[in-house]
Amino acid sequence: MVTEIEQPTVELSKVAVSETHGEDSPYFAGWKAHDEDPYDESSNSSGVIQMGLAENQVSFDLLEEYLEQNSEASNWAEGAPGFRENALFQDYHGLKSFRQAMASFMEKIRGGRAKFDPDRIVLTAGATAANELLTFILADPDDALLVPTPYYPGFDRDLRWRTGVKIVPIHCDSSNDFQVTLEAMEAAYRHAVAMNIKVRGVLITNPSNPLGATIQRSVLEEILDFAKRNNIHVVSDEIYSGSTFSSSEFVSIAEILEARGYKDSERVHIVYSLSKDLGLPGFRVGTIYSYNDKVVTTARRMSSFSLISSQTQHLLASMLSDEKFTENYIKTNRERLRKRYEMIIQGLKTSGIECLKGNAGLFCWMNLSPLLETPTRKGELALWKSILHEVKINISPGSSCHCSEPGWFRVCFANMSEPTLEVALKRIHSFMDQRKTDAIQSPPQL
Amino acid sequence: MVFKLNNHLLSMIASGNGHGEDSPYFEGWKAYDSNPHHPMENPNGIIQMGLAENQLCFDLIQDWLKNNPKASICTHEGVNEFREIAIFQDYHGLPEFRNAVAKFMAKVRGNKVTFDPDRVVMNGGATGAHETVAFCLADPGEAFLVPTPYYPGFDRDLRWRTGVKLIPVVSESSNNFKVTREALENAYEMAKLDNIKVKGLLINNPSNPLGTILDRETLRSIVRFINEKNIHLVCDEIYAATVFSQPEFISIAEIVQEDIECNLNLVHIVYSLSKDMGFPGLRVGIIYSYNDAVVSCARKMSSFGLVSSQTQYMIASMLSDDEFVGKFIRESKTRLAARHGVFTDGLAQVSIKCLKTSNAGLFLWMDLSGLLKEKTFEAEMALWRVIIHEVKLNVSPGCSFHCTEPGWFRVCFANMDDQTMQVALSRIRTFVNKDVDTKKPKRTLRWQGSLKLSSPRIYDDFINSPRSPLPQSPLVLARN
Repeated sequence: MVTEIEQPTVELSKVAVSETHGEDSPYFAGWKAHDEDPYDESSNSSGVIQMGLAENQVSFDLLEEYLEQNSEASNWAEGAPGFRENALFQDYHGLKSFRQAMASFMEKIRGGRAKFDPDRIVLTAGATAANELLTFILADPDDALLVPTPYYPGFDRDLRWRTGVKIVPIHCDSSNDFQVTLEAMEAAYRHAVAMNIKVRGVLITNPSNPLGATIQRSVLEEILDFAKRNNIHVVSDEIYSGSTFSSSEFVSIAEILEARGYKDSERVHIVYSLSKDLGLPGFRVGTIYSYNDKVVTTARRMSSFSLISSQTQHLLASMLSDEKFTENYIKTNRERLRKRYEMIIQGLKTSGIECLKGNAGLFCWMNLSPLLETPTRKGELALWKSILHEVKINISPGSSCHCSEPGWFRVCFANMSEPTLEVALKRIHSFMDQRKTDAIQSPPQL
Repeated sequence: MVFKLNNHLLSMIASGNGHGEDSPYFEGWKAYDSNPHHPMENPNGIIQMGLAENQLCFDLIQDWLKNNPKASICTHEGVNEFREIAIFQDYHGLPEFRNAVAKFMAKVRGNKVTFDPDRVVMNGGATGAHETVAFCLADPGEAFLVPTPYYPGFDRDLRWRTGVKLIPVVSESSNNFKVTREALENAYEMAKLDNIKVKGLLINNPSNPLGTILDRETLRSIVRFINEKNIHLVCDEIYAATVFSQPEFISIAEIVQEDIECNLNLVHIVYSLSKDMGFPGLRVGIIYSYNDAVVSCARKMSSFGLVSSQTQYMIASMLSDDEFVGKFIRESKTRLAARHGVFTDGLAQVSIKCLKTSNAGLFLWMDLSGLLKEKTFEAEMALWRVIIHEVKLNVSPGCSFHCTEPGWFRVCFANMDDQTMQVALSRIRTFVNKDVDTKKPKRTLRWQGSLKLSSPRIYDDFINSPRSPLPQSPLVLARN
């Protein structure tokens, strides 16, 4: 029995009490609504359909098939290298066979257009850990990374929370399909300088989340040149590289560096993960690939705080070194994602909704700006809420991605079955029909 | 491809040496890596005795796995669960995983306490857990008190990226390295004088490297101390299941359950399966806090080091098997006790003493101060190099654990098979006897018998003796 004493609370750290973890954003209200009333084909067909979660569920059968034929149990049998060695392995270099398999997989995804050295691969528990780790290495507290908008909301936490580093946005807009421009980069840089903030790097996501589009080669070249001129780093988050609908449309920064003979590449670092391309977010498999020796060494040491389970490394080493499996997987996965994308684009079109032309990812970037009461963030949130409560789908408002133009929404299409997607599209269609009817019946006051 | 280094482009954290790998501790590792012992292929290589791993009970685990293929989502029997588990990245962790861990933690403590699964927070091994706790409790520049000697990894885990400081609380061999109230007060006052804010006290129970547990009175005294100073208490209990003989392990969880005045918001436990079960590769670290705000914050931070859901699933299955767990804990203790016994007996035969209060852990805290030329850390390092390069054992010198008295070494005994252990012991015997033989070649057995009683002094006599030892004696090399 403990006697509780009335004490002034001992403070926790500033990091602990700050809100930089980002979970108080309105974005999360959508999740809550879904959790309280989740859609289920049979048991809850009027529930909220989750379209805010960028998961890849379209190719599980391929993984399951592989596992049926290549059971983990073979690793557990006596005589085989076995569980013991695996369970003891905590070397932060990571399993060599796994690094080799990852390097080879990353090469395949890029159609062999870039080479990856397994000894430059640093393993981390997910891209979440990789992005934070790189930030710790490349920037000091109060320094900044430039990040093109719109961007993945998680960056606010991953890049800033415990590191104390800031994000200065590079504003992109629909006038040129949200591509990064030199003007925008320079404006962001000047803005940072004016605030007395030291810029340490540019962080791009290619293919982009939430745009669902790859970055053009010329833009990548421009970003590299900009980084060189200002002597800053480039981090390229390529976690959706295997989710491009056609292999030829994706240009990795690695290809550009190879074309330049790797001149000046020690400022470039690539983040990769198996969470999206392989649909294994639970396994926590992230990597940092750096062309800078000191970054590789330091990142490796730092990865001690977030190593990948050796059990998982072992399983995936086998899987990803199976050439037949990986080739078939990459091809089939792309194909299925492309089909899904076409299905949703078509469905939205017939409802009168336009999307940004996309070619990658697990989502599309939908333009609902014509529906806004007011072309403001407030108007966007109001529309989002009515979609959540009337249409009963959870989508992500552009403001949660720091988009400077209100009215854009990210809609995920790969985290559900096709029938469920049909249901969602039907609901959207009804919603749009209803709005048209409303508009006719009560025309705007003149 | 070789890429130019461009150091000034990196952060201060990256450019400094907070990673801790420049410590001499790692020299032994490098020596081992370049010449590792193998019973068949390299019998004269260096035996790794610097690695606190628990390898004694894998046969039990392997048996269980063979009989429970459903524990893996990557087998025919378990693949139905694959999809759901592979997608699961909720930082609350699989409920069955948290339940199983809470139950296991209680069992390891003889079911004298219970743990609430909702307070179990995952992290990337105890390494990740410690760093996360430091991020939650302290700002850069603030400090934790830590009793010496302590695990060298704390210097990196608690300080590197957090900017938090560590202030040693000195403990001494004169009272078997117990943590005293006086030492705690001294450390706290020193911090105050240096204008450093102390946010907490970190204790390691059972202790690495001592292999001892804290008694009830010390634990109570510690609880009183932290409540009076209103600072946090972080208890690293990762060796809890390695307590192999009396007295029984007392967890801080037991103390706070007693009728003692304690602000529960100050108490946090760090746990892991790396030592108790021998699974360091699986990266299963746990933070258990009695403070709701810390649970909430640590859980959010765990996003940076979640346990692979594949592993969570397997562990949940394994640790829910009550019969297996009971058998494992009992058998592990038995085997550790046996190893410990063989080792301490073997060392005693050549008059090497170990900390006599040790009854836990995967290592011994060995007193070689009698072999030192002089009571300095330089002499300790010189002796250590002799042990690595001549005796061919990688042991860990006390200075790497911030021990304030030279001459102590940590020797691990649970990371090798019986045969290798015997080889290690015979090398030690040879080393010690060689020195005895070279100094006084005509000594009789009766004399050698008295060696056991007064070893440190006799070694001192040898060293100071005007008779010069033969050149091939390792002790000569140590002196020079």
